[in-house]
Amino acid sequence: MGRTATQVLLIALAAIVLTSLVWLIAATTKGKNDQFHYTFFAPTLTGQNYVDLYNKTDLFQHNLVNSIFLASTTVVVQLFFSSLAGFALAKYEFKGNRPLTILMLATFMIPGRLTMAPLFELLHRMGLVDSYLGLFIPGSVSVFGIFLFRQSILTIPDELLQAARIDGCSEFQIYRDIVMPVSRPIIGAFCLISCMGTWNSFLWPQIILHNRNLFTLPIALSQMIGVYNQEYGMLMAGTLISVLPVVILFLCCKKSSWRGSRPGLSKVRQSNSEVKYCRQVLLQRGKAQ
Amino acid sequence: MQKPLHGSSRSFRLQHKLAHYLFISPFLITFLVFGCYPILQNLRLSLFATNGPNSHVFVGLSNYQFLVEDADFRTAVWNTIVYAFWSVFLQLPLALGLAMLLCQKWIKGRGLLRMAFFSPNLMGQAFVAVLFGILYVPHYGLVNRAVHPILPALVPLDTKWLQDAHLVMPAIVLASLWMYVGFNMIYFLAALQAVDQELYEAARVDGAGTWHQFRAVTIPGIKPVAVFVLVTATIGSFQLYELPYLMLNNSAGPKYAGLTIVMYLYQHGFVTGDLVLASAIGWSLALGILVISLFQLRVIGAYKREAA
Repeated sequence: MGRTATQVLLIALAAIVLTSLVWLIAATTKGKNDQFHYTFFAPTLTGQNYVDLYNKTDLFQHNLVNSIFLASTTVVVQLFFSSLAGFALAKYEFKGNRPLTILMLATFMIPGRLTMAPLFELLHRMGLVDSYLGLFIPGSVSVFGIFLFRQSILTIPDELLQAARIDGCSEFQIYRDIVMPVSRPIIGAFCLISCMGTWNSFLWPQIILHNRNLFTLPIALSQMIGVYNQEYGMLMAGTLISVLPVVILFLCCKKSSWRGSRPGLSKVRQSNSEVKYCRQVLLQRGKAQ
Repeated sequence: MQKPLHGSSRSFRLQHKLAHYLFISPFLITFLVFGCYPILQNLRLSLFATNGPNSHVFVGLSNYQFLVEDADFRTAVWNTIVYAFWSVFLQLPLALGLAMLLCQKWIKGRGLLRMAFFSPNLMGQAFVAVLFGILYVPHYGLVNRAVHPILPALVPLDTKWLQDAHLVMPAIVLASLWMYVGFNMIYFLAALQAVDQELYEAARVDGAGTWHQFRAVTIPGIKPVAVFVLVTATIGSFQLYELPYLMLNNSAGPKYAGLTIVMYLYQHGFVTGDLVLASAIGWSLALGILVISLFQLRVIGAYKREAA
């Protein structure tokens, strides 16, 4: 295939993929009558769909706030627990380290959706149904995250941690001042993945949440489809609003997320800079004392 | 081992000894209670019948027998398998093809193109489903308006993608292609970039054509990643739920054409409230996924011996 032909083909395919997104944005800016007359943008743009969304639904008032609250708290807790456990599994010898790793790998193969029934029964008995705790507590551990951190922390040289200990760092200080700063690229990638997971999850919140005021964005949209299934502009505006925060977050952590999405390629370069960084930290610590 | 200089006090040694248990315990407790216990409890529950919240009667495999005999469950299994088949066998070759085109160094705007192909994945399945539910609307939706001018006879402007039982599955597969091809492309791209370029050079010197290079250099080079992508894509397909459910307006579609195993599980377990049956469905699905993953690994493993 010629070079020009390949280039044109790729651009055409990309255009096809993006068309749906452009259409989505266009649909949110059209009034009811224009929806049918113009395929994409109409000559007159209107914000009416967003006003309708505000007046007729709780999307802005409750659902968006709920989703942001739930996603951010889950990410923070997942990040803290996963990195701590990953650190312990990577850098400490203790009985049960290997069996635990194997057990985690094994459950990794069993998708969470299959055990929804007993998990629901358990949460019901604990009185956590219809509350954020029912989403939050089972979601607070991420086996995937632990592996991600374990693999990345394994590349930190043991001598550094030992040197820090000689300098009088407690184990938690080592975690906070050496392990976490060095893992910055992984943290970015993990936050993005974990946030998208919570933000987009639909089935489990659908099962757990019954109170309308607690609904997250996907649940709210599914309710909207039922009631306003003819108001395309409004539905699309709701979809756009729901997607936008994740897009913004992605653009913010884009750099680290691309790097994190293909570990191994930049590992050598990365671990070199990690070592340099750690030396710097230790030097500064030495100066301060 | 060197002795800590400052840390000779008792509390310092103690925290050094116990730190990792403290680090791992929040995870371990949550993992055992909410990760491992439900798996075992699921197996136990699936062997019982229930007439109320606290009455469990052992019934052996009769829950599974009910499933095998239920026509709706068979529809759900069939739909899920059809979806998994098409989504894997269309999605992965397309993703690999795109990645191979995109990994050429002379392509202009590679970063932007990669971003464009990946972008649908930023939307979750639920939101993609809402979008496509409207993209497929007759007369108005973009799909009909875009495809009708190209294939006027095959796709009339009033094609009812989501109301016609025969068109529901193609509509779901198409939406999943839009969403996941770019995502899997990223994995293939990373794998292709890691293949040693000198191997291609050597193959060319030996007079290998493009196809031969692909078979002898590219495929072995990306195999570990390809296996990972194949297995995860299959496991993901078997858990299909949001896409059809929301696309079909919170339903299983005409004649249950969009009913999937997880949707069946949701309806029986959480709409009807039969958690016991839901457990049996859960185990059936887990078993199915396990068998198919092992089958895939075996087939690929056999290929390896042949090539060596």
